[in-house]
Amino acid sequence: MSAPTLTPTRPEPSAPGAALTQRRSRPGEVAFRLAMQSCLVIAFGVLASLLAWVLIKGWNRLDSRLWTEMPTGLTSRLDGAGVQSALVGTLWIISLVAVICLPIGILSAIYLEEYADNTRWYNRLLELNIQNLAGVPSIIFGILGLGIIARALGLGFTVITAAIVLSLLVLPVVIIATREAIRAVPQSIRQASYALGATKWQTVSRQVLPSAVPGIATGSILALSRAIGEAAPLIVLGAVTFITFNPDGLDSAYTALPIQIYTFITRPQAEFAELAAGAIVLLLAIVLVMNSIAIFVRNRFEKRW
Amino acid sequence: MTYQPLHRRPKNESEVRTVNPDTTSRPAVNIAGVGAQPVAGHQPRAAAPVMELSGVSVYYGAYEAVRGTSMPIQEKQITAMIGPSGCGKSTILRSLNRMNDLIPGARVTGSVTYHGQDLYAKDVDPIEVRRRIGMVFQKPNPFPKSIYDNVAYGPRVTGMKVANMDDLVEKALRDAALWDEVKDKLKSSGLSLSGGQQQRLCIARTIAVKPEIILMDEPCSALDPIATAKIEDLMFELSNDYTIVIVTHNMQQAARVSHYTSFFTAEVDEKQERHGRLVEFTNTSKLFTNPTDKRTEDYITGRFG
Repeated sequence: MSAPTLTPTRPEPSAPGAALTQRRSRPGEVAFRLAMQSCLVIAFGVLASLLAWVLIKGWNRLDSRLWTEMPTGLTSRLDGAGVQSALVGTLWIISLVAVICLPIGILSAIYLEEYADNTRWYNRLLELNIQNLAGVPSIIFGILGLGIIARALGLGFTVITAAIVLSLLVLPVVIIATREAIRAVPQSIRQASYALGATKWQTVSRQVLPSAVPGIATGSILALSRAIGEAAPLIVLGAVTFITFNPDGLDSAYTALPIQIYTFITRPQAEFAELAAGAIVLLLAIVLVMNSIAIFVRNRFEKRW
Repeated sequence: MTYQPLHRRPKNESEVRTVNPDTTSRPAVNIAGVGAQPVAGHQPRAAAPVMELSGVSVYYGAYEAVRGTSMPIQEKQITAMIGPSGCGKSTILRSLNRMNDLIPGARVTGSVTYHGQDLYAKDVDPIEVRRRIGMVFQKPNPFPKSIYDNVAYGPRVTGMKVANMDDLVEKALRDAALWDEVKDKLKSSGLSLSGGQQQRLCIARTIAVKPEIILMDEPCSALDPIATAKIEDLMFELSNDYTIVIVTHNMQQAARVSHYTSFFTAEVDEKQERHGRLVEFTNTSKLFTNPTDKRTEDYITGRFG
């Protein structure tokens, strides 16, 4: 019986000891690398040009007037105008969203991941709905809020209404991010805890949650960043387009940065557009700060297994 | 030996455990000779069964993973379970402290008794069961916490009345033969230790809650021969105070450390389904030198599996 012949995997197998220096050209490798690089250039290029455009446009307005002065509707008063009421409104809303949305979202995720029996149809239905909710357009949430929270519950066009609606809007994002973070905690950690006689809640609160903090924090802050930039539901919810006082409570009228920007931009005068650009930079700066916090938390508390 | 019913927490630790004065020195066995012919195990000491399995079958959903297992677990002895992969030995091990409860769809029939109490009776608290019957896993799984907190976790969550936690941690680490290696770095992460040290940390963590029985699921399969030898020595030391049940793939290990050995195999039924089955349970020395069953003989002589 003759030895089986090996089919050469390359057209010309190199002789043993042949020089290793002759590099083959590998067109596939090069093409793929180029494709990836061009995608990156497109994505980054668009972002960078947008950022450059608002910076240039709003450059003259990037000073303390932005947050020390109130908005104005008069061209003659534009020089001493800022967006203080909108900034304070945004900070009010986003703090309330955090207070409302994070506990509900995180606890829901813990239930779904650790307690719910996902062989039950109602738990599966719940999961499917949460996935779907994440894709519902934000204006729909606005209309829901208008009908149920502002009118039926009688909360009106107030800070709290806006905060509740934005909380509902980003709740699915918080739940999904938290579930991912909880799922990433190795099963062996839970088993070790149970094997020592720990209860379910002890295992969740002392092992699973602390290990999931980086993921939960990152997901939560990204969700809040999304809420901060939302304008559509607030338009429906009666965010005031021109206001010269800061909100002073949950039942106060309010405006928010995205609404203020929208209002300024609809004005024909170039000065308003300039002020809008300044406000955009301010909004971006807030988002940047929040994302930095997310990165900090992730690096600070990251666990390796 | 006194014991408390499983639905009640022991009031006083000294009531629960007493030290067996009957300490036997370890016979000389060739630890380094992994792969050598099995040597006769330790002679069993006069003992009483602390646990009894009778007709235990474990199901995953409708699938019967292990069929009709009956064997005693003798007090302060090391009982080994050997057999090829998929023969159900780990499944049986997990049924001894109700870790199977954590697997959705897992179900146990037959009876597992602990001091005459049925472990699967309705009013038995699985948390309490796991406190008395601890477990060490295949892959070392220290918590992502300090060495100190790894050991202190069990006593804390089970609400043990501890006069001095530092002393308890030191005692557990000494008993696990790890103290000298870690006494200067109790605050550093458990994950900074080597694999063998991590496994000894897991053993220290388990004995810190003063269980009566320790289940070990292939505790050395992720370790090198030197670390394995240390764990084996440790197991033998611990058998003065604890009842140990060990699942192992390594026949030499079973022969070296155990007093009793049970041999499991997988049977294929008429529907082509594999079911684990206990073939033979006897003194380790008898099982390895003079097995009753042909299948045991084939396995230990390397003709099968």
